[in-house]
Amino acid sequence: MNTPSPTHAGTIDSRLPILLRYLAANPLIALSGLFLLIAVIAAVFAPLLAPHDPFYVDPVMRLKPASEANLLGTDAFGRDVLSRILYGARISLTIGVGAALLSVALGLTIGLVAGYVRSVDAILMRFVDGMMAIPNVLLAISIVTLVGANLWTVMLAITIPEIPRVIRLVRSVVLSAREEAYVEAAVTLGSSTLHILWRHLMPNTIAPLIVQGSYVCAAAILTESILSFLGAGINPVTPTWGNIMADGRTYFRIMPGLIFWPGLCVSLTILSINLIGDAARDLLDPRMAKRGVGR
Amino acid sequence: MLSYLLRRILAAVPVMGAVAVMIFLLLRLTPGDPAAVIAGENVRPEHLAMIREQLGLNQAIHIQFLSWIARLLQGDFGVSIISGTPVLDMIASRIEPTLSIAITTMLLSVVIAVPLGVLAAAHHGTLIDRIVIAISVIGFSVPVFVIGYALIQVFSVELKWLPVQGFRSITEGIGPFAERIVLPTLTLTLLYIALITRITRTSLLEVLGEDYVRTARAKGIGEVAVLLRHALRNAAVPVITVIGIGLALLITGVVVTESVFNLPGVGRLTIDAVLARDYPVIQAITLLASLLYVVANLLIDLSYVLLDPRIRY
Repeated sequence: MNTPSPTHAGTIDSRLPILLRYLAANPLIALSGLFLLIAVIAAVFAPLLAPHDPFYVDPVMRLKPASEANLLGTDAFGRDVLSRILYGARISLTIGVGAALLSVALGLTIGLVAGYVRSVDAILMRFVDGMMAIPNVLLAISIVTLVGANLWTVMLAITIPEIPRVIRLVRSVVLSAREEAYVEAAVTLGSSTLHILWRHLMPNTIAPLIVQGSYVCAAAILTESILSFLGAGINPVTPTWGNIMADGRTYFRIMPGLIFWPGLCVSLTILSINLIGDAARDLLDPRMAKRGVGR
Repeated sequence: MLSYLLRRILAAVPVMGAVAVMIFLLLRLTPGDPAAVIAGENVRPEHLAMIREQLGLNQAIHIQFLSWIARLLQGDFGVSIISGTPVLDMIASRIEPTLSIAITTMLLSVVIAVPLGVLAAAHHGTLIDRIVIAISVIGFSVPVFVIGYALIQVFSVELKWLPVQGFRSITEGIGPFAERIVLPTLTLTLLYIALITRITRTSLLEVLGEDYVRTARAKGIGEVAVLLRHALRNAAVPVITVIGIGLALLITGVVVTESVFNLPGVGRLTIDAVLARDYPVIQAITLLASLLYVVANLLIDLSYVLLDPRIRY
């Protein structure tokens, strides 16, 4: 009675030590977080951090090994590899986060409707099943071939194949939650469908969606690098991790670093996101940890 | 049981229909003029008209769809814009390398992954378990082509044990064939091992908590027999399910692997088609891969009846 209830700042202050203690007990998660933090900083401050212009072509400097001026050497056009990798982080992270947010937003909307409005469910789910049958990369390749490749079309082409899994997840959560007493109570009280969907059913999906979103993010970064590597991605001049590797294919025997360094960046980024996703799954829902595979 | 089989088979038909509709609509609902995108820049108007004609973009949409389905049912999957060859013939001439690495990958990864998963589950929470989990997490995170180039670097460039790239038909002798198939198979296997190990471990752990496992142990049956005879058999359904679902990953992996190792397979055909913007080829391959996925998963569904006598609908 003496003091008012804790403010927002108070709850954050009291949660911070818990987070630190968790990270101390799970050094792998801490390392993953640290790596992602570095990647984000590299992406945001690439123009300040990059020692050279990532687009600057210098024929004299073709395929030079690592030196003080070019810490990771140069590619076949004499461009600085380190600078291109720093700029590449921008594309990879943008596509990863963008695809995660987009697929969760679209999948949530469609999944809520499919789980609650039974009349559309049967047809919708056949299309979801059908879409899951189309291999991700082939679907993305088809879309990119038809609309042309730039950052936004590639992001969309990567997002679309990820949506069905989100729909399924949301739908299954809604199907079990709609039988709960509080939903029946809301129906009896005459709440609107929209209100029930958003206020009573949607909150149940938040925890699994955070986990699924992290997997989509990792998968999107992987798919982007595959598309770029195959030559079906963003314009080859643009520094993306996949493009650097695609450029390096011909010169792999002379300069393995052209594939090794960007490959390491892609792998560590995906690994970090997956580890944090797994940790989030275990923390948010201990039952999900038992079931395993969220993909 | 017969009605279960029949119902499953019938349930696959609308899914195949949905696949066909979506792949069809992909081309037709594309904003802008897909023919212009496919043709590229600086194209002559008559060439553009020809592409539009070949893609059938001139007719009404329902006519396009029905005639497309009719042709599919007759085994006509379209013709390459570039060479004019039927896509099915192109695929047939490229199928050997693709099937070779797909089959060897499937076999090898099951042979390695299932025992690994059992091992991890049997030693749940120990160092062995952690190592197996680590292998599977890494397998999910490292792109297939990075693994491929790492293997080339080690086994072909440094150790010089195996040829770097290329393919020899099995008809030219098993030695040269096997030599060139080893690295692509290993490359793809890691991803598949990650998938299967993970599911074997989790489903086995789930089963090990069941009453009948406790009963079996209480009867004094040895731990190995409990694991293999009682637990693994009941964990088989999720494991086999995931092998089917993983087929989509395998198809993607094959495309990438063939590109890394320069194998003249269907994956390489796909990439060549992408670079040449040969959309009919891409469309046919995407459609066939999806149908393959549906059929394979249908067969797996049907196999449950044999594996698990409790499944009777």
